[in-house]
Amino acid sequence: MSRPHRLLSPETAPDAAIVSADDAQAVFARVKKLSKAETVEMQLNSNHTGNTRFAANQMSTSGSVTDMQLAVQSSFGAKHAVVVTNDLTDESLARAVAESEALAKLAPDDPEAMPALGPQTYVPVNAHFDSTARLTAADRAKAALTALQPARTAGDLQAAGFIITGETSVALGNSKDMFAFHRATSANYQLTVRTSDGTGSGWAAADHPDWSQLDFKAVSDRAIEKAKLSRNPVAIEPGRYTVILEPQAVGDLVQLIGNYSDARSTDEGRSPFVKAGGGNKVGEKIVDERVNIVADPQDPQLMSQPFDGDGLALNRQSFIENGVLKQLFYTRFWAKKQGKVATGQPASIKMMGGSTSIEDMIKSTPRGVLVTRLWYLREVDPRTILYTGLTRDGTFLIENGKITKAIRNFRFNDSPLFMLNNLEMLGPSVRLAGTEQGGDIVMPSIKVKDFNFTSLSEAV
Amino acid sequence: MMTGLNTAKSAGAGYADVRIGRQRQNFVFTREQQIQNVVDTDSMGCGVRALVDGTWGFAATRLLTKDGVSAAAKEAVSIAKANRAARDRPVVLTPNPPTPNGVWKSAFTKDPWDVSVEEKAALLLKANAEALKVKGVKFIFSGLFFVKEERSYANTDGTVTSQTAVRSWPIMQITAINADQSDFQNRTNIAAPMGRGWEYVLERDLPGHAEQWGEEAAAKLGAKPVEVGRYDLVLHPSHLWLTIHESVAHPTELDRAMGYEANYAGTSFVSPPEKMLGQFKYGPEIMNIQGDRSQEGCLGTVGWDDEGVKPEPFLLIKKGIVNDYQTTREQAVWLDWWYKKQGRETRSHGCSYAQNWDNVQFQRMPNVSLLPGEKEQSFEDLIAATDRGIAIIGDGSFSIDQQRYNAQFGGQVFHEIKGGKIVGQLKDVAYQMRTPDFWNSMDMIGGKKSYEFGGSFFDGKGQPGQINAVSHGAVPARFRNINVINTGSKA
Repeated sequence: MSRPHRLLSPETAPDAAIVSADDAQAVFARVKKLSKAETVEMQLNSNHTGNTRFAANQMSTSGSVTDMQLAVQSSFGAKHAVVVTNDLTDESLARAVAESEALAKLAPDDPEAMPALGPQTYVPVNAHFDSTARLTAADRAKAALTALQPARTAGDLQAAGFIITGETSVALGNSKDMFAFHRATSANYQLTVRTSDGTGSGWAAADHPDWSQLDFKAVSDRAIEKAKLSRNPVAIEPGRYTVILEPQAVGDLVQLIGNYSDARSTDEGRSPFVKAGGGNKVGEKIVDERVNIVADPQDPQLMSQPFDGDGLALNRQSFIENGVLKQLFYTRFWAKKQGKVATGQPASIKMMGGSTSIEDMIKSTPRGVLVTRLWYLREVDPRTILYTGLTRDGTFLIENGKITKAIRNFRFNDSPLFMLNNLEMLGPSVRLAGTEQGGDIVMPSIKVKDFNFTSLSEAV
Repeated sequence: MMTGLNTAKSAGAGYADVRIGRQRQNFVFTREQQIQNVVDTDSMGCGVRALVDGTWGFAATRLLTKDGVSAAAKEAVSIAKANRAARDRPVVLTPNPPTPNGVWKSAFTKDPWDVSVEEKAALLLKANAEALKVKGVKFIFSGLFFVKEERSYANTDGTVTSQTAVRSWPIMQITAINADQSDFQNRTNIAAPMGRGWEYVLERDLPGHAEQWGEEAAAKLGAKPVEVGRYDLVLHPSHLWLTIHESVAHPTELDRAMGYEANYAGTSFVSPPEKMLGQFKYGPEIMNIQGDRSQEGCLGTVGWDDEGVKPEPFLLIKKGIVNDYQTTREQAVWLDWWYKKQGRETRSHGCSYAQNWDNVQFQRMPNVSLLPGEKEQSFEDLIAATDRGIAIIGDGSFSIDQQRYNAQFGGQVFHEIKGGKIVGQLKDVAYQMRTPDFWNSMDMIGGKKSYEFGGSFFDGKGQPGQINAVSHGAVPARFRNINVINTGSKA
């Protein structure tokens, strides 16, 4: 270590880790007092999480983490630099402020630097539940037994799961008196049950800021049922199929659209929303007219942070309405340059659902495939949001309105834009327990035609 | 650290280890002729792991006081005790000789933190300017990403080590756009990240190569879309490292093979070990794959792992046959039968790693490499020996299933080979493969002089997710009759 350990710090107990709005204001006041920059911007994150992991019907690694990070950005005109530290002693704060100032002075000008925001108005979101913040390792171990006990008793099942709970807070502030604060709790459970002969695998999960909303037994029952049903899969030819995607699979694909919705990339001619001959596709119908996608931190299913990393307030925004692209994302710089309103960068997304249950979708399908979830999605062509990936943990053949057999997993090459153009049915929207990309996501199950499976995988 | 160990022991731990870690990151990002961001991060804290009655507990705190570390040690023991209620089999550790006072530093000569932000930005902006000279090149994203880890470790076996590692990654993405905006193409992944310092960034000479990379991006606009079909592929080490990573290195992680990653990263087709070791033909006799965390200048290289084990090279695939797995002290005992049969000592291969002080250590990939062939031959020699094929340079899109059977890989630059010669550039190329079939189709590999490193800062695994930086050495290799698809389409 090149820094001395502070063995007599006034900070002591890990349970003092989650900062309140008042604590954050106090830290920001200390930074502002030390700052000699024209503008100083700050972010203070704090977290305490506990997790329990099990696999092969056995407890594996479990732990708890307490941390806090302060980011200080100092600016002198168009020069700026950020220094991040997790040591909040006076000595460390002084060093972070001085280093960010020194780096900023050395850095070349950033012609796109924007002035710091003044005070903003935020609609608070209550996603903090005291009972969830107080959970212990014993609570998590008890929950894990809802999967471990039936798997051990069955004798031919292997359970692997992960339970993580936590409490976080985020505060933003600057020398122009902008201050934003949000705290939240979280509880997430994901479970994979495999058959001991290695031919079947089922997955189920749940997520909510309030632990009491998680039904551990229901998740365990569902993963076990899927594992048993998916045993001994048969191979069917890859090709274009009518596919029913459960909400988890829909989320992994639909969330990707947001990554390509930046107005600047489109204006620069490198996005799927570039209009042939110039301009963008805002106002054009890009997917089926039943598709509506919003970002709304206040939505009771999303309950996400009501501001972005810059401190811009995030309220309900509609990105796709009745299949029409309504807007692209504008950063503060690009909005100013193009004479538009900055949208902020929402981390939550909801696709509005319909009323058709998965059971009814299955009943309406003469021949199709039911997909539980997707895996390892990677961009193949940014011009069309073409992605590849695989199905996983429960893929079934539907014949004459019924699930008739478990089938081998497929690799797909398809785009969420193509998929949402081929929409046939829409189910109710549910909160997901985490996509590959993360964030607060609410998605429906959907039935689509012509989903493009390009090869078979022997993986179970 | 002794406070943590003593507290854990008095609270009931049979074994404990303590890591005090400091991780610093430094980024400078630019686009075209302007700076985007300068960031310096610093995170420091302590992680305590305790084994109580065969069950693990772990707790981490940023508070490096006696009270803070003691509280973490007590919490680690308390978590282990809480988990005892749900335990099945007790964890048993493979013995390891203690290192009482180990000090190690990775192979860097110039610390990136001793280089000014001005010099870093100037290098990037010069490279950007060179690439922008090329007709059709409109946008550049470039960056320098540095990581410095200082890690002190102690365990109740008597090991105490102190290590410093630096990692450096030069980044460029060059975008060329057609005049009528009907197409855009990127050239990216231009240099491997390495476990070295500023001297490596200078060696890679971004300004000296940027124009060539720009030309490669622009040439893709006019390249011929590939015709789907089966081709012989000649894969450059700058591409093949990622195929090795996904299709050999991940499936030979013992925790995956035993189901410990089933809920996230997945399991492995190289399972169960008793049916694979010494039996399964992964590839041809020229295929030798080595795991090695002692390789100088590589991303996964350490003096001792996060359980105090000194790493050494080991062959995962020997003459095409599965020979070993990546292991930690908890896992090596699971293969005791195999090592005894081979007359080898049962010891961990030193693959325990935690991304930082706030994560628990577990089995992570070492540097995993395809060893050179006996015959000294180059990438160009392999192309010259190929009648109809595609030569691929650089890594691109990649995706593989959770047991590592079915994979699809893109690339950066695709050359069409006819009659042993490159006849033009192709675009929209990706190949799909079934892992054992693919490796068994390998019939030519390069020699020692053609050995190069690729690697990643972001090998992901575990819950909560952790990243691991890892290098892969490779020689160019030829694979016969591989299925190639065309990925081009219109929005």
